[in-house]
This record gives sequence, structure tokens and C-alpha cells, in this order.
Amino acid sequence: MTAKTTLTFLLMDGPFENARSTTAMRLIDAAVRRGHDVNVFAYEGAVSLAFAKQTAHANALHGRNAEEENHPLPRKWIAALMAKAAEQGTQLRWVNCGLCVDERGVNEAIPGTSRGGPADFWKMTLASDNTLVIPTK
Amino acid sequence: MKKYLLIESNDPFDNRGVERFYGLAAQLASLDHQVTLFLVQNGVLPARRGAAAPGLEAAAAAGVEIVADDFSLRERGIDAASLAPAVRAAPIDRVIDELAAGARAIWH
Repeated sequence: MTAKTTLTFLLMDGPFENARSTTAMRLIDAAVRRGHDVNVFAYEGAVSLAFAKQTAHANALHGRNAEEENHPLPRKWIAALMAKAAEQGTQLRWVNCGLCVDERGVNEAIPGTSRGGPADFWKMTLASDNTLVIPTK
Repeated sequence: MKKYLLIESNDPFDNRGVERFYGLAAQLASLDHQVTLFLVQNGVLPARRGAAAPGLEAAAAAGVEIVADDFSLRERGIDAASLAPAVRAAPIDRVIDELAAGARAIWH
């Protein structure tokens, strides 16, 4: 394992759309698991990843109720990553682009996330050892 | 010499930019930089032995280290034994280690 560093990720994809979101969560998980501090700047559609009103649903077509369907919700993944970071003694800072939030009407974000702007991403990169931008297609 | 991490998430049969990304990796390696090409999501599909992926082979020949995400391989039913000789499987932790080591990272 390498020495503890601070890594910043910029995400742009909305939830339930693309494997990039899942891969991003896996990367954040790996970074936390390996003891690094992590910054996430959620931009454009990615601000909906932490939307608190995401709701699991049943799948009538397959005859499964909501519990059986066990629909994955990104807000729960983010909360789990934050809990893991706290256990590990690392920092996971999650900032949603405020204008992107307003455009989409997803102001109700899960606890632990905050609202900011592109300048926060710039500050994150300056304060980080490395940055990975995961753009949309 | 600089260290580069190029992350390819697309299948070259689906996206023409992939061959150019392989080319970028090969070019960086030919300039004596240390280059890792990490394949993830559908980017692992050309890692199969026998897949027509001349750009990937050229990158390997230029000295690029090619790594395929083990989770993406499992999702697609590709076992490590069926990978092309120039490719090896690794967990996504490899990306984190490269970032922590200061590699310049580009996602495609």
C-alpha cells in the first residue's frame, strides 16, 4: 500500500444510467479502503447521486415486491462509503454543484454532503495529490 | 520520464476513439514514459485472446502495461486464462495505487 494521500474525483453522470457511476463508487470505495482521504465533486447529472428521495420500487413485471427487488440506490452507496471512511479514519468530502442541483430540483441531499460550485473543485485539486475526472461520453 | 495512467472504459468496436486512445498510450510509451492502460467496463472486451485489437497489441509492443479490471471481466464472463498474453487482470485498487503514486490520469 502507498502512503496516505488525498485524491479528488469529479463525477458527471446521473444515477441509474451508466456503468461509469458504479465504477466511480468502486474507485471511491477502493481509495477509502486503502486509507486515502477522498474529495468528490459531483457535477451536472451526478448531483442526483446523493438525492435523498431516491426510492426503491417493486417490479410488477417480475412479480417482486420492493424488498425482493432490492433496488440499488446510489444515495445508500454514498452513505455506506461515508460510514466506511469514518470507520477507517479517513475523510470523504462530497460536494454537489449548487447550480446543477437547482436545475434538477434535487436540493434534498443526504446528510454529510454539501453544496458548492466549480471553484470548490479547483480548490480540491489544488489541495489534492491527484485528481481523476470521469467525464460523460 | 513521467508516469501515465490511461483508463479505457469503451469497447473499440463501439467507439472509434478507443483506437486513438490506444495510440496515445503507445506514443507516450515510445517517448520513454511509463504508461499503464487500465481497461474497465466494456473496455475489457478486446482483452480476450483472439479479439481483433491491433491497437492494443501495438500499445503492448510499444511498452505499455495493459491491465484489465477483474470485476469487469467477471461481469462479462471472461476468465483470466482467456486473456491475451499482453493483458493481465487486476483489481480496481490498481487505479488508486497509480493515482496515489502521482500518475497523470486520463479517463476515456
